Amino acid sequence: MKVQNNKAWLMVLPMLLLVAVSAIIPLMTVVNYSVQDTFGNNEFFWVGTEWFQEVLASERFHNALQRTLLFSALILAIEIPLGIAIALAMPRRGIAVSFCLVLMALPLLIPWNVVGTIWQVFGRVDIGLLGHGLASLGIDYNYTQNTFDAWVTLIIMDVWHWTSLVVLLCYSGLVSIPEVYYQAARIDGASRWAIFRFIQLPKIKRVLLIAVLLRFMDSFMIYTEPFVVTGGGPGNSTTFLSIDLVQMAVGQFDLGPAAAMSLIYFLIILLLSWVFYTVMTSLDNDAASEQGRH
Amino acid sequence: MASIHLKNLGHRYAASDAGSDNPYALNPLDQVWEDGGAYALLGPSGCGKTTLLNIISGLLRPSEGRVLFDGEDVTDLSTERRNIAQVFQFPVVYDTLTVAENLAFPLRNRGMESTTIEARVAETLTMLGLEGRANERARSLNADDKQKISLGRGLVRTDVRAILFDEPLTVIDPHLKWQLRTELKKIHERFSHTMIYVTHDQTEALTFADKVVVMNAGSILQVGTPEQLFDRPRHTFVGTFIGSPGMNVLRCTFDGEAAVVDGVKLPLDEATITAAHARGLATSGVSLEVGVRPESLLVVGAGVNTDDDPHCVRVDVLGVEDLGRHSLVRLRLGNQLLCALHPEGAAIPEAAALRFDPARTLLYANSLLVEANG
Repeated sequence: MKVQNNKAWLMVLPMLLLVAVSAIIPLMTVVNYSVQDTFGNNEFFWVGTEWFQEVLASERFHNALQRTLLFSALILAIEIPLGIAIALAMPRRGIAVSFCLVLMALPLLIPWNVVGTIWQVFGRVDIGLLGHGLASLGIDYNYTQNTFDAWVTLIIMDVWHWTSLVVLLCYSGLVSIPEVYYQAARIDGASRWAIFRFIQLPKIKRVLLIAVLLRFMDSFMIYTEPFVVTGGGPGNSTTFLSIDLVQMAVGQFDLGPAAAMSLIYFLIILLLSWVFYTVMTSLDNDAASEQGRH
Repeated sequence: MASIHLKNLGHRYAASDAGSDNPYALNPLDQVWEDGGAYALLGPSGCGKTTLLNIISGLLRPSEGRVLFDGEDVTDLSTERRNIAQVFQFPVVYDTLTVAENLAFPLRNRGMESTTIEARVAETLTMLGLEGRANERARSLNADDKQKISLGRGLVRTDVRAILFDEPLTVIDPHLKWQLRTELKKIHERFSHTMIYVTHDQTEALTFADKVVVMNAGSILQVGTPEQLFDRPRHTFVGTFIGSPGMNVLRCTFDGEAAVVDGVKLPLDEATITAAHARGLATSGVSLEVGVRPESLLVVGAGVNTDDDPHCVRVDVLGVEDLGRHSLVRLRLGNQLLCALHPEGAAIPEAAALRFDPARTLLYANSLLVEANG
């Protein structure tokens, strides 16, 4: 087909520039660093896949990856069921709806570093309400010294901060279910569980998928809050991939390995998100065709 | 199966504003639905049909009065324990389940044995003509098959006491509507469930039901066979709502022997005149109307023959519309408009007169039919 009007390219140009400057150029810079080494003075020389091999073989990377995976798994295991449960319990009409929605939205409006600071202070044994309260009850709690306490603090903080997101997404799915489905279920004599399993869950499945993906990606990339609260400690016990990466790039100025690690990190997130998406969308099809065979 | 008695039943929604003239969504009524009857509940949108239906099925608790099934008070029973099946305007299927599982759903919820369930489901699938699609996912079906499944979840239960339909054919393709309606009719003939069918479509109501219940503004106006509703509507609303075009309703007075419309006398039959006298309508001053169906009016040429005939009155022809087999003739009598049906092809005389049939010219006082024992 003949191009009628080349001015059309001008329309696309701003977006192309934006994407190039914000995504493509930085990413290519990282790729550039990951395959080269430098001794300063802007002199670079080619090292191929050496940095990648080094990062993948390092115990430091393995440990950080395991910690991050565990953290994300715990976050999903707590926030998704809890979010669904709260969404189911929320009122559907009346002024209570607005009240609940505002209450749910509040934690989401707080900046990450503020959330970190709030919990850092909240948990302190000397002045924090939580830390001091627990200490005065005789419970030995100290997130700066005890690994378990540090993890519990970070997880409760994240649950407090982000469960609302799951709640709001699920709630939006639930309120879009027409009343007639519940009426039909009453006529069919469905139990509370059957209503959830066969009406509510199928209807919120799509938003639930989005909730799972968002919470996975966010928790897998978590940086600010643990950095503010624990600084990765005690020891390395809460040093997640993101914290490790920043230490490597900014603290030690190992640009090559840091760039290689960024790309690996990025690919892991991409891969796991794809796995989640594929599994969750095909689960439904499998379930139905399997039930059909009975 | 059961007879349903709505005893002094009325309903007002809590949220309805107290300032309005009538706080009732459903005015207090007393109505018996006979066991095994096929009823249509006909009325315009928002007249309280769905409210009435939801009260019968127990989705809504009436604010006053009782609901009796076979004399047993079920007002406080849940929908499930009332054993009612209801089909809604929009088909409800359980998306993730197959057709067969959808049908089995109400039985499983009631803890029935799986062998019994299988037999019942197979039987229902045959009844609905869905045998070949038992293992298909319900989501993939089209609207009319989905609606069949909604119906099937009611039919699969052997113990349903009534099946209620809330405008079930709204989303069905027009050419499939008559087909589903015929199937419903067959199912009714075979199993004689008590069926109540809500609709605002008179064709649907008149073809489905043995008895049609006409509602308007929260009240039941008339219960009758389609013929009764057509020939002797007890309320002017019933007359104008049923029929296409509806009944002509003209303001009139009663001079003791005929209805007088803008100075023109229209003949009435003996029974009506006697009843009108018994109620003193000539002098009582209540608002009177005369109702006559376009089908029972005859347009004739005005002349010597008609001028002396007390059944004929002169009218002005305003226009003619072709309706296919009939022409619709728009006429003016005195200062009021009316219409008549005229056979296709027959010429409309320029100087026209209308022949009234006294037996089919009805008198209404305060919108209610004046009849012998009324």
